[in-house]
Amino acid sequence: MSDFLMPSLGADMDEAVLVEWQVKAGDAVHRGDVIAVVETAKGAIEVEVFEEGVVEELYVPVDTTVPVGSPIARLATQASVTPASHTPAEPEAAPNASVEADWQPEPSARPALEVSARTEKNDRISQTPTTPPERLKASPLARQRAARTGQSLADVTGSGPQGAILAGDLTSAAPQAPAAAEPKGKKSHAGFNPAEMRKAIAAAMARSKREIPHYYLATAVDMLTATHWLEAYNADQPPEKRLLMSALIFKAVAKVLRDFPEMNGYFQEGTYQPSPSVNLGIAINLRSAGLITPALMDADKLDLAQLMTNLQDLTRRARQGGLRSSEMTRGTITITALGERGVDSVYGVIYPPQVAILGFGKVSSRPWAIGDALAARPVMQATLAADHRVSDGHRGGLFLDRINQTLQDPEQLNQPAHQESES
Amino acid sequence: MMNRDELRTALIEEITRVAPDLSADEITEEASLRDDYDLDSMDSFNLASAIHKRLGVNIPETDFARLQSLAQLMTYLEKHPA
Repeated sequence: MSDFLMPSLGADMDEAVLVEWQVKAGDAVHRGDVIAVVETAKGAIEVEVFEEGVVEELYVPVDTTVPVGSPIARLATQASVTPASHTPAEPEAAPNASVEADWQPEPSARPALEVSARTEKNDRISQTPTTPPERLKASPLARQRAARTGQSLADVTGSGPQGAILAGDLTSAAPQAPAAAEPKGKKSHAGFNPAEMRKAIAAAMARSKREIPHYYLATAVDMLTATHWLEAYNADQPPEKRLLMSALIFKAVAKVLRDFPEMNGYFQEGTYQPSPSVNLGIAINLRSAGLITPALMDADKLDLAQLMTNLQDLTRRARQGGLRSSEMTRGTITITALGERGVDSVYGVIYPPQVAILGFGKVSSRPWAIGDALAARPVMQATLAADHRVSDGHRGGLFLDRINQTLQDPEQLNQPAHQESES
Repeated sequence: MMNRDELRTALIEEITRVAPDLSADEITEEASLRDDYDLDSMDSFNLASAIHKRLGVNIPETDFARLQSLAQLMTYLEKHPA
């Protein structure tokens, strides 16, 4: 028997609102099952269980704010299952989250729960009508809800930054359409809290700059071969089977990372532990709401087409809700690709407890020396910010150079996954 | 075959599905989907897939890259019906 604790869902997240139970007492659960949905500043997250067992009791009613590390359910588990062994390099997400015993059995008595009703939503609603802004700002979930309930966003006073309407504003404004009436599914769990998300990003990034001695490297990558290869590949494919350049780049990174363990892991309590798996944290822009870096799990084991499918799925869930707790906490390195927005190069801030972040700028036509002549080539700046406590610039340089070399041979990146994992 | 108004309606539905933070009434025909509405390459990928699924038109990537606005998409789809 063990208590299942509210997991930490990333650096500096200290509480979450439990919004849905997906199990009830008596249900059998298996490793990887989603048992609950929680709402955080980063949107709705599906909480997974990492043990086999039977749910004995749910401690926490829906719509309760629960601190990270507090028990939320009791599981009857088999003693033979030791969940910690599945995740040898489990990161500790935040310094204050020492209770991040996450999914480990906690035999101690259940501490008093700090339960607070979700009253803040009501507090946010201003009774005085305000002039609707020129372009209504509203979160994706708020728009979905408004469309479903037939509410006009113009009638709602937003509580987000610059008056952005959050889903919570709508729920309170339209009690005749309670959340329970929504169709079950991932789409109904998208709420972001931009102000809280900004605070979480601020805390994680400030901690990073305070604690991690970053060093920075950059290299220019000739993308002619990769660009031609991708054009040829996509020309034969229907739209839903095409690849983005990002997928090719992420694949190259995942492949190279296996040979650079000092870039892929966690620095915690003074020691570095490389990760056996390669989980690429992908910086995904949430438009008005902020930034989130969920992990593309086991990216080194995916072939190119599967990686693209998973990336598409991850992006969709990041923006509409439905990320899993493991994806929030188990990134082993982060990649930011700001080239999309026309930036030539981006120098990232490491997401603790990771030790490296790669940045990829836009692919643009540049003068490029070939022998004694100049030619115009599509060129991309690749950058690395890495933790000097763990690696030195020399290794970092080799790492970037290997990514560069790997991108010169795209066909090799398109090998089936099983051959990949044998190499 | 859809007329221009039907195409507009269908495309706006798919665009707002790809980018749920946009509302149908704020999408104008001439605005750049990428620059004005912040659609990124993943959004474009999803939109091309959605057009293929809904309208049966497989827009080649080289053509799709040139279609920047709702008006351009409508004109292209009028010329290239399924």
